[in-house]
Order: sequence, then C-alpha cells, then structure tokens
Amino acid sequence: MSQPDAAAVPSRSGAAIDAAAARGAAALVGYLPVGFPDVDTSIAAARAMVAEGVDVVELGLPYSDPGMDGEVIQDAVQQALDAGTRTRHVLRAVEEVAATGAAVLVMSYWNPILRYGVERFSRDLAAAGGAGLITPDLIPDEAGEWLAASDAHGLDRVFLVAPSSTPERLKRTAAACRGFVYAASTMGVTGARAAVGARAEELVAATRAAGAERVCVGLGVSNGAQAHEIARYADGVIVGSALVRTLKRADGDGRAAIGDLRALVADLASGVQR
Amino acid sequence: MSAQPPSTPAGAPGVEASAAESLAAVTGPYFGEFGGRFVPEALVAALDELDAAWSAAKDDPGFVAELDHLHRTYTGRPSIITEVPRFAAHAGGARIILKREDLNHTGSHKINNVLGQALLTRRIGKTRVIAETGAGQHGVATATAAALMDLECTIYMGEEDTRRQALNVARMRLLGATVVSVTTGSRTLKDAINEAFRDWVTNVESTNYVFGTVAGPHPFPSMVRDLQKIIGIEARQQVLDLTGRLPDAVAACVGGGSNAIGIFHAFLDDPGVRLVGFEAGGEGVDTPRHAATITSGSAGVLHGARSYMLQDEDGQTMESHSISAGLDYPGVGPEHSWLSMIGRAEYRPVTDAEAMEAFRLLCRTEGIIPAIESAHALAGALVLGRELGPDSVILVNLSGRGDKDVATAAEWFDLLDGKGVTA
Ligand SMILES: Cc1ncc(COP(=O)(O)O)c(C=O)c1O
Repeated sequence: MSQPDAAAVPSRSGAAIDAAAARGAAALVGYLPVGFPDVDTSIAAARAMVAEGVDVVELGLPYSDPGMDGEVIQDAVQQALDAGTRTRHVLRAVEEVAATGAAVLVMSYWNPILRYGVERFSRDLAAAGGAGLITPDLIPDEAGEWLAASDAHGLDRVFLVAPSSTPERLKRTAAACRGFVYAASTMGVTGARAAVGARAEELVAATRAAGAERVCVGLGVSNGAQAHEIARYADGVIVGSALVRTLKRADGDGRAAIGDLRALVADLASGVQR
Repeated sequence: MSAQPPSTPAGAPGVEASAAESLAAVTGPYFGEFGGRFVPEALVAALDELDAAWSAAKDDPGFVAELDHLHRTYTGRPSIITEVPRFAAHAGGARIILKREDLNHTGSHKINNVLGQALLTRRIGKTRVIAETGAGQHGVATATAAALMDLECTIYMGEEDTRRQALNVARMRLLGATVVSVTTGSRTLKDAINEAFRDWVTNVESTNYVFGTVAGPHPFPSMVRDLQKIIGIEARQQVLDLTGRLPDAVAACVGGGSNAIGIFHAFLDDPGVRLVGFEAGGEGVDTPRHAATITSGSAGVLHGARSYMLQDEDGQTMESHSISAGLDYPGVGPEHSWLSMIGRAEYRPVTDAEAMEAFRLLCRTEGIIPAIESAHALAGALVLGRELGPDSVILVNLSGRGDKDVATAAEWFDLLDGKGVTA
C-alpha cells in the first residue's frame, strides 16, 4: 500500500478551517456524543449545530472509561451506552451529519477503534463521508497502524498537545497531525469553565513554532465571549461540555433542548468572528 | 534489595542479547506486543519524569539503602516462609510453603511498592500523592506511607468497594487520607482508576500517582514489578534453605498482577519451576460474573496499556465480578499477558466458592486467616498439589491477611446468627 506523505493528502477539516478564516473567523468546532439522549436526537442536534454555524462537527463515540472527560460528558456517554449505543450507530451518525456538507470528525478513545479494527474503521469512516479521527488517548508514538490507515483512506488525524508538552513532543505531534492540532487549554479534563486557561495562547504559539499548520483550542470553552478571546490567536475554537449540557434537560423536553443548543451555537458562532 | 539479573552466558554482547536470553531482564515499555502508553498527551511529561526518576533511583545506592532500611525497620522484611502440612494434607501429599506477605506492616504486599513510590515522590519534589484502591489494601498502604513521609494523600475507591471493605475506609481516614467514593461506571476499581487519572492530569504539578499494581502505562508495570520482586528474591533463597531445592511450582493470585509478578520474577529464568497465576473465576468462567482476564479475555487497551482485558464486541470494558474486591478488575498487567502468550506462566480461574473453601481450610488447619484474594492462590495450590503428586514442593504467595474480609467471610459462612462453621 502506498503511503503518501501527510501534507499531500487534502484535509477536510483543514479546508473547513481555511474557509472560516477566509470569512474572517476562527472555525467553530462543536462536540456531541452519539446516542445522547438517543441516537436520532443526537444526529438531529448535530445537524442543528451545523445550521447555526458550526464548521467542524466532532461526534463522540461513547466509551465505558472516558479518562479525559469531566462529569457532563461522562454522564452523557454512560447514558448513551446504557441505551444501547453501538459503534455502528456512530458510523450512521457520521453519514447523516456529513450529508450537511460539514466536516465530521469522530472523537474516540482508542480501544473501540482497535476492537473494530483500525483499517476496517478507517475504511468505513471514509465510506460514511467522515473527515477523520480525534484520539484523546492515542499519542503519535503508539499510532503506527492509524498513521498508515489514515494515509490510505485520506483521513484527518487530530492528536492533542497540552501545556505540559515539551518542544520535542510538540514537533512530533504537529508533524503527525493532519487537519489541525488540538491544543488542550489547561491541564485537566473536559468541562465548561468560567475562564479558559491562560496558558492556551502560549501553547498555540509554541505549537505553531513547532510546525503546526492549524491549531484549535479546546477544554473549558462555554460562551461566545470566551470563543472571541480564543479566536484572536487560534485557528479554531472547540466546544464540548457546554453544548452537551444544553441537551441535558431535567424535563426531558427534546425540542426545547435543541432550541437551547441552537441559541448557544449562535452565540459561539458570533464569538468566533474576528 | 538490589536484584541482579541472572548472569548472562559469557560473551553475550550487550543488553539486547541478554534480554533475549533472560526473561527476567525484559522490561517496559513493551513486553512482547503488550504494554506501551495509551494516555492523554498531558500525562506524557509526568510519565517521562517518573520513568527517568525511577531509572536513576533504582541504581542509586543511597535510594536503595533508604528503601532497604525502611523495609527492615518498618515493613518487617524479610517476610518469613511457613510450611503448612495440615493444610497440605488436602493437596495430595505435596509440600506447601507460604510466603508470608500477610505479616507485612499494613497487612499485604502492597506496602513493598508504596514505600518505594513514596520515596520517589519526595525525590521528584512532589508533595501530594493519589492512589486508586479496590480492596483498600493499596489505599491503606499509600495512606500509611503518606503519613510517614508527610505527604498529602487522596484515595479513590469505588462506592461498591467502600461498602464491602468499610474497615479499610476507616483505616485510611484514621491515617489522615481523604477517601473519595467513586460513583461513576461500575463503581469499582476500574472507575477508581479513571478518577485517579483525572485527578492526576489536573494536578500533575504537585501530585504523584502511586499506582497499585503492574498494570497502567509505562513505567508503572516495570516500576511496580521492580519494587515487588523482592518477594521472589527472598522466597527463592528461603525455599532453597528449607528444602535444598527449587519449588516445582509457584502459585499466586492475579488481580492486576503485582503480587504474582513479585513472586514469579526471581524464577522466570528457572525453567523447571512452573509459574501459575490464579484469576478470580467469580461465579464461573461460563457465566458473565467473573474477573478471569487472561483465561477468557482478549487483547485491548485499558488504563493506558495494551494487555488482555474483558471487553464486549465494541471494545467497551465489561464489568468484572469477584467476591474479592482486590481481584475484581477487568484488566491485567502487560507482563502477565506476555508470559501467558509465550507460555512461561499459566493462568487459571478459581471460583468464589473454591476460594472460600480454601480460606476456611487455612483458618481451620493452620490458624492463619488469609485475604480472600490470597485464598484464590491457596485453592490453586490444592489443585496443583494433586496434579504434581506427593513430595512436590509448591510455593504460595500469601499476599495478605484476612482481617479486612471478616465481615464478608462471616456472611458467606453464615456465622452471624451463631451457627458456626462445620469443618
Ligand atoms: C491481599 C491482596 N492480594 C492481591 C491483590 C491483588 O492485586 P495484585 O494482583 O496486584 O497483587 C490485592 C489487591 O488489593 C490484595 O489486597
């Protein structure tokens, strides 16, 4: 199998970020887990996010041991698993959300992908119209099989960097990514925070200096004002827990929940304008 | 406690050749195809720091002397061995010898690992330790070391385990630790580990994660193994002194695998010695309620390493079950997966009922109340004895004592209404 070098394969999420930049905005990247509160509602919610201005959709593959997630996402994915959400539902969600024209990445811990088969998942993800994968617990050092499969199927691969990453690791990670590098704004797990880590701006600069083409910032972003602040210095703003929280209504009113989601996305979408 | 790898044949050129010939010289990050580091990037710097600190410390005579002094004056090392003929009478005439890790301070082998990691915490200048615990033995050991070395300490324990090991929760609190009851997922050890990793990634600048077994990302499997191998180093010599020969088999229970690798390691390069790990068979490996990871699991990634694990078709971790909280874990250390794959060690299941029968038998025949975890190894030794025949010598790691399990045992044997056990 021929392995073109990373830069030679066009990137779907990279193109979406570049299109946002051309409009004078940072890209808005929105995360929702598939299957929460149920598969159909999560798909409808993701499509609603695109309609309100999300440029790149991250669909979470629910996992039993989400070590990098805070309470909001832990609870949501547990509920999704309890309701019977399977890997094949995630691939169906990719297909239905990609049909909107948005770039769709799957965010997954590594074991479900390993179990499905790295090559087989890559093939099926590409066939569903997916742009690639974000892998929160896979570092490039362990990613040999995924590097090959993503090249073969033209998929983006988004690894993370953190405030603790050394310059050598930033370089290695930047070189392994296609699409963008995910900069974790703070040392910690997912969850909406009142303030985004002060080290985020520094980390973006260091990641660029290490060779990254595009850097998006996530962890802790919950409103348009924070998004605006990050849009000054990053190529994209990643929002997760705050969006998931809108779907978690005590009254279980799905239509009202999607209304709340739309309102938050609209606020964030105006925030990312530079 | 310096452990020299067995000498390599003359002329063996360098590390690679000796690693190929000596199983004991193999060390992480990979054991064959198992091990590695499947962790968030945010933790890589801390793991690198630990790896470097451990590599330096383990060969630093000052560090080795300090740990050795603590083991002699605080842990109670060397632990003794005890031959148990009345128990062995039920094992086809084999000789059974117990390595008494139950007599260590805090009541199990866990202290061997914790004292080393606590010293290392001080060495890297951190002031807070966190740990996960299942049975509570690792949590108690960590809280103990934290009290001794003046470190702040938080222990994560699944809510289910805080109930069945309530005595140990009280012990940890007496020692000054904060005990966090984890209510996510299955509310047992695996979820406590998730929560400890979340704490670590958030507080890594001040905090060291004192991992309790030979699982997890590199360097934990190798570092914890290095700290536990003292069990086998002592026991090998003690059995030689007592019997004039090496044992025919070494038996240990396997949760994450630290007491098992601790006693196996000194024998890895003795091909005549069978190494047998006993996993928690729960209600039977033909039911979904067990924790027999190597016996009936498959390879996957859990808690930062590739190893055997219990998982469903989609790679979701399955809930394990065992009467013993310390074995109730759906994963296992990568070195065990490798030893199983290459055929150097074998792993077999022991059910709750078999373990409790061996528990009762050791109490009644020898006056020793074992931990229910260790009772799995005792049950295994009874079977091995019948297989190996009279005059065979079986060394068993008695990894802990049963004080913490008295309530569970009383319930199992229905002792609470005054009926008593009939032998
Ligand atoms: C007495 C005892 N034995 C065994 C274990 C299992 O752990 P490992 O397999 O790491 O030795 C535990 C764990 O809590 C324990 O307390």
